[in-house]
Amino acid sequence: MTDATHFRAPRREGFFTPRRRRFLTSVVLAVICAIWVYPMVWMIAASFKPNSELFRNPGLIPIHPTFGNYVRAWTEAHIQRYFFNTLFVAVGSVIITTTSAALMGYVLGRRPMPGKWLLMGLMVFTVFIPQGYTIIPVFELLSRLGLGQSLWGLMLATCGQSIVVFTLLFAGYFTQVPNELDEASRMDGVGPVKTFLFVMLPLAKPIIVTVVVLQSLQAWNDFLLPLVITLANPALRTLSVGIYSFKGENFVDWGGMTSASTIAIVPIILLFLFLQRYFIDGLAGAVKG
Amino acid sequence: MVAYANVSDIGSPPPRKRLVARIWSARLDYLFLVPGLIIFGAFIVWPLIASIYYSTLDWSGFSRNATYVGLANFRALLQDSYFLSALWRSFVFTLMTVPLQMLLGLVFAIVLNNKLLKFSTLFRALIFLPVVAPVAVIGIVWVLLLSPFNGPINGYLLDGHLVQRAIDFLGTPNLVMWSLAGIFVWKWTGITMIYWLAALQTVPDELYEAAKLDGIRMRQVVVHIVLPIIAPFAAVIALISAIWALNVFPLIQATTEGGPFFSSEVMEVFIFRNAFAPPSGQFPRLGYASAAGVLFGVAIMFLTILQALAVRRARARRGENGND
Repeated sequence: MTDATHFRAPRREGFFTPRRRRFLTSVVLAVICAIWVYPMVWMIAASFKPNSELFRNPGLIPIHPTFGNYVRAWTEAHIQRYFFNTLFVAVGSVIITTTSAALMGYVLGRRPMPGKWLLMGLMVFTVFIPQGYTIIPVFELLSRLGLGQSLWGLMLATCGQSIVVFTLLFAGYFTQVPNELDEASRMDGVGPVKTFLFVMLPLAKPIIVTVVVLQSLQAWNDFLLPLVITLANPALRTLSVGIYSFKGENFVDWGGMTSASTIAIVPIILLFLFLQRYFIDGLAGAVKG
Repeated sequence: MVAYANVSDIGSPPPRKRLVARIWSARLDYLFLVPGLIIFGAFIVWPLIASIYYSTLDWSGFSRNATYVGLANFRALLQDSYFLSALWRSFVFTLMTVPLQMLLGLVFAIVLNNKLLKFSTLFRALIFLPVVAPVAVIGIVWVLLLSPFNGPINGYLLDGHLVQRAIDFLGTPNLVMWSLAGIFVWKWTGITMIYWLAALQTVPDELYEAAKLDGIRMRQVVVHIVLPIIAPFAAVIALISAIWALNVFPLIQATTEGGPFFSSEVMEVFIFRNAFAPPSGQFPRLGYASAAGVLFGVAIMFLTILQALAVRRARARRGENGND
C-alpha cells in the first residue's frame, strides 16, 4: 500500500485540516439528518395544531397549540382501544416467541438430538417466504380454531412470523457457549431443565433482550395480518390498522390523523432510544451469520 | 451440592448408539421443542402446504363449497394482465429501491464509522429512526406530506417557485412508483446502514492507523482498502434488502391501495384484493389468490437461490485472494 503519497507525509492541506473537515462533515450531516427526520417532526408539530391552522401554517411551531386532536383521536376515533389491543398482542407475542425460540434454539444449538439438521434445514428454507403466500391458510386455520376474530389468534399468528429467525439467533448463540459449563453443572448433579434455566438462559441475556426488542418492533409494525383478522371486527384493530381506517373515514381530519400517528409511533421510538444497542446488534447479527 | 449418583442418567449420550436409543435419550430435548414446533408447524409449515392445495380450488370462502379445478387457476393467472403486471411491478420495485438503498446506506456507514466524528451516535440514531416507525402509520403521514391539497411539501415547492402546479406524487400513474420507492428507501436505509456498519467492523483499526501514518488520503483508504474488504458482504446485504423490498404491502396498502388505476398494485396487494377485498358485488377468490401466492413464493425462492449462489461465489473469491 506504499505509493507516491507515502513521501508526502506530513502533507499540507491548506484550509481543510482533518479537524475542520470533520466539523464540516458534522454540519452537512446535521442538515441531512434534519431533513431525514422532518416527516416525523412535522407529524408531531401538526398533531398540536387545530385543523383550521394546519392548512394555513406550514411552519413547525403551532400558533395556537392544542391537545384537542389527541382527545378526539384517543376517544372518538377509538385510538385508546387500538393502543391497548396492540399492546396486548405485542406483549403476548413477545412472551410466547421469546420462550419458545429460546427453548428451541437451545436444543438446536447445543443438544445432540437426532433429526436436528433436518429441522434446521426446513427452518432456513422457510425464512424467505413472503407473508402474502401464507396469509390465506393462516386466516383459514385461525377461523377453524375459532380464533379468526380474536386478539389471541392474532397474537399466535404474529409469533409465527418471526420465530424462525429468533430460533436461529438463539441456536447460533448457544453453539458458542463453552462445553465446560454443561459438564460442570452435570458434575454438580444439576438436571437439564435447571441447567437451561439457571446456567444457559442468564448467559443468553443479550440475545433475549434483542429478541424482545425485535419482536415488539415486529408486532407494533405488523399490518397485513391484523388487517385481515380485523376486517369483520373493527373492535380488534391494532394501531396500524386503526389509523389506516381512520384515514379512510375522516380524510380531512389531519389533526386527528397526525395525533393518532404520533401515539402509534412515539412508544416504539422511546423503546428504540433506550435499547438502541440491542436493536442494532440484533440486526447486525444477520450480516455476520 | 455434589451428587455423583445422578451423573449417569443425564446429559448427552455416547455418540454411537442405535437411533431409537438416541431418540429416547433425547426425549427431554423433544419436549423443549414442543411450543416452538407448534407455532412453526401451524403458522409456517402448514400454510406452505395448504396454499398449494388451496391453489387448486375455486373457492369464495363464504360457503364451504369449494370445487377442485386442478391447474385452472394457474392457467387463468398467466393470462391475467393484472397479475402479470403486479408480479413484474414487485420485482421492478426491488430493482428501484435496493441499489439506491445500498449506496445511500454505505455512504452513511462510511461517514459515521469515523469515531472521531462529533455526534456520530446521534446521527446514526436519527438516520435509523424511520426504521422503527410502523410502516403503515408512517405511510399515512407521507400521504399528508405529499398531498397535492395543502400538503407541506407541495407548499414548499410552490413557495420556492420550483413547480407551477402542485404535484400529485401518489396520484399520478407515472409517478406513483417513484414516490413510493423514495418513501421506501427513506424508511429502510437505516437498516442497510447498520448492515454496512457491521461489515465495516471487520476492517482492522490498524489498517486505518497504518494508512494515516503513510499519509494516505481518506478517500484512497476507502476506495483501495475498505471497499475491497467489505465487498463480499454486499451480496448478503443485497439479498436481505431485496427480500425486504418484496414485503412492501403495508406501505402500498396504506398509501395508495394499489392505485391510481392499479398503477402501484404489487403482488401482495393483488393477493389481498382478490382474497379479502374484492370489488363490491364480486366474491372473494381465495383459490385464485392462493395460486398467485404460490407463484410469487416460487419466484422469490428462485431469486433467493440465485442470490445465495452469488453470495457463495463472493465468499469463495474472498477466500482465494484475501488481500487484494
